[in-house]
Amino acid sequence: MIYREAGQFKTSYASDQAIFAIPQDRWFVAVAALAAFVVPPLAATEYWLQAVLIPFLIYSLAAIGLNLLTGYAGQLSLGTGGFMAVGAYAAFKLTTAFPHVNVILVFLLSGLVAAGVGLVFGIPSLRIKGFYLAVATLASQFFLVWLFNKVPWFVNYASSGTITAPNRSVLGVIVTGPNATASVRYLTALALVVVGALAAKNLVRGRVGRSWMAIRDRDIAAEIIGVRPLRTKLLAFGISSFYCGVAGAELVFLYFGSAETLAFDITLSFLVLFMVIIGGLGSILGSFLGAAFIVLVPIFLTNAPQAVGLHLPVALQKQFELMVFGGLIIFFLIVEPRGLARLWQIVKEKLRLWPFPH
Amino acid sequence: MSLKTLLGGALAVALVAGPMAAEVRAQPKEMFIPLLVYRTGPYAPSGIPIANGFVDYFTLLNERDGGINGVKLAWEECETQYKTDLGVECYEKLKGKGPTGAALVNPYSTGITYQLIPKAPVDKVPVFSMGYGMAAAADGRWFPWVFSFPTTYWSQASAVIRYIAQQDGGVDKLRGKKIVHIYHNSPYGKEANPTLETLARQMGFELTLLAVDHPGQEQGATWLQVRRINPDWIFMSGWGVMNQVAIKEAASKGLKMDHFIGNWWSANESDVVPAGDGAKGYKGATFHAPGTGFKVHADLFKFVYDKGKGGGKKDAVGEALYNRGVVNAMLSAEAIRTAMTRYGNKPLTGEQVRWGMENLNLTEARLEQMGMKGFTHPIKVTCEDHEGNGPVLIQQWDGKKWTIVSDWIPPMRDVVRAKIETAAVEEGKKAGYTERDCAKEK
Repeated sequence: MIYREAGQFKTSYASDQAIFAIPQDRWFVAVAALAAFVVPPLAATEYWLQAVLIPFLIYSLAAIGLNLLTGYAGQLSLGTGGFMAVGAYAAFKLTTAFPHVNVILVFLLSGLVAAGVGLVFGIPSLRIKGFYLAVATLASQFFLVWLFNKVPWFVNYASSGTITAPNRSVLGVIVTGPNATASVRYLTALALVVVGALAAKNLVRGRVGRSWMAIRDRDIAAEIIGVRPLRTKLLAFGISSFYCGVAGAELVFLYFGSAETLAFDITLSFLVLFMVIIGGLGSILGSFLGAAFIVLVPIFLTNAPQAVGLHLPVALQKQFELMVFGGLIIFFLIVEPRGLARLWQIVKEKLRLWPFPH
Repeated sequence: MSLKTLLGGALAVALVAGPMAAEVRAQPKEMFIPLLVYRTGPYAPSGIPIANGFVDYFTLLNERDGGINGVKLAWEECETQYKTDLGVECYEKLKGKGPTGAALVNPYSTGITYQLIPKAPVDKVPVFSMGYGMAAAADGRWFPWVFSFPTTYWSQASAVIRYIAQQDGGVDKLRGKKIVHIYHNSPYGKEANPTLETLARQMGFELTLLAVDHPGQEQGATWLQVRRINPDWIFMSGWGVMNQVAIKEAASKGLKMDHFIGNWWSANESDVVPAGDGAKGYKGATFHAPGTGFKVHADLFKFVYDKGKGGGKKDAVGEALYNRGVVNAMLSAEAIRTAMTRYGNKPLTGEQVRWGMENLNLTEARLEQMGMKGFTHPIKVTCEDHEGNGPVLIQQWDGKKWTIVSDWIPPMRDVVRAKIETAAVEEGKKAGYTERDCAKEK
């Protein structure tokens, strides 16, 4: 009833090809985006912003990056943590070398650095496919983390080997560092993720995205119809690493405040890959849903027993959380192998017919 | 409604309700102390005894004395798995709890400490990284909110080198000796390196630094290298599962165990027991005695364990890291007590507790009162010196228990303090702090 398309006619190519073709969708997304910019900074506590929303946004951006590569271009990668580390360390080096450069620009530049590194590590993808490629990208994960741990230049010769986000302001507002308020950091992360998601959505609808999907679905066929594998695959690696690099820089500058290489170890790569798989391969919305699932469900499981008045010892609670979380992942993959984005699609189809399904 | 819609709905509720549940339950007339613990994960063998020691001492204070000067202590544990992101989440969740907010925070991880140091002046919660964390922060003029008493990694490294010199018959005998430092490849493990390098230059011993990557289950290559170097002494900054593996490897390679010294996070029962007899002779640094032979332990049994309120198993009381937890809790409590002499016997804010920490003067008499005479060393903290420059003991594993085999070994303050002050200026300027004038504080 509320979601009925009947009577909506598209009279131009522009309206037919819009990202959100149905007005209800358009309104919903516009209101949601507006609410995301207005409500949390006014209403959310610091805990919500700092421990829940900021990591959710940052991981969403990383998941979008990996989804472009794995979900759209079909190149399985376990190097996400390494590319995020490149972004983080590049941002640190850039902002300490050029303190007056706008920190948002620094994020984008470090994304470019990560893209360059991604291009290099994407080269094997021309010869290696599938799970073998995953193993090859694993090498980048271990090599990059080892490199940042080994060469003290990357941490400006700090004896502890940690990088710390300095205070940097944009237009007079402190955005990074310990003195930046959680609201400002949240808004920065949100703005970047909104722009990133919009760009990614347009990218995958256009020529580039179609060539990625052609390569994903059958690379030989794609080659025959004129998609150049070299350029397409490397572009996927480059753009994906750009997103991951920006997300990595944000992770240190907007979320952690300071970090060591351990923050970018293999578990981070797996985490982002799980977000993409659970959220839905080949779906921008799925990246957000997957990030929400992976970030929020453990927090819920940690706090749920207490909320119902059950005081378990923390160790038991943590183990309980891991078991339930693992169980939930398996459950969702069995019930809906195509991810949470597919669930959302099903809900939308049901809504179209509601309340008269027959 | 189909299963899938039901699922979607349930998931949405769970996602939104999750963080809501983290909201606060406050009680009046209590002081709240957040505990970041790790009872699971690869560092659990080290994390469990510390957490138990800490909680048991606070339970003891509440049960025996009714808290500190009538103010009961409240705490909540939060599992970090020694991971920095979980640590930050825990800190954010717990920092505002209790009627006056968190009194102080013990991060129990150098990684998490580095995260919390910049937040401390903003949130007004002092960071108490007892014997760990950033050594440079021991200069209170630059880092007023961070405390690392009774000592730091740098002081410890210098004391261990002094001990080695004593064993070898004098500082001049160190020239040409080969010393290997095996360290956890993290901010924690790297912390001792600059001091060791300085000392190597001054005293002329040959230093080799060997990193072991997290979590440290695979060390075969490292120990092959050690055997090739054939060092006179091995010093280790390990943590969690890395310690057991290292000690087992050293034993199996036939290295002299009594020339193998762990720092104070590498010398717990759980580290040596898995290596069996091979671990006999292994030494470790500490700043308190092992065992249960002190009055405070009798009290812990009487008021905590006999009432069934113990945090862990009764026979784990007195383990090296358990006792470390007790010392940590005692120092926190004494800092709060000191703050109460100025601000009155009521729940205090983090800012007030900070004053108490800075003016802590733990005397021999006070230690005796608490049943801890000989258990640990007196400390005096000042505005300039947040470390107290406490001396170090060396303990040795005899196959069944730790025994103290040295006197209190003072660190080389002339070397370490100068390094701390230089590093404090450097780190402080990086963070955009200004030096405060300690003459004006009182």
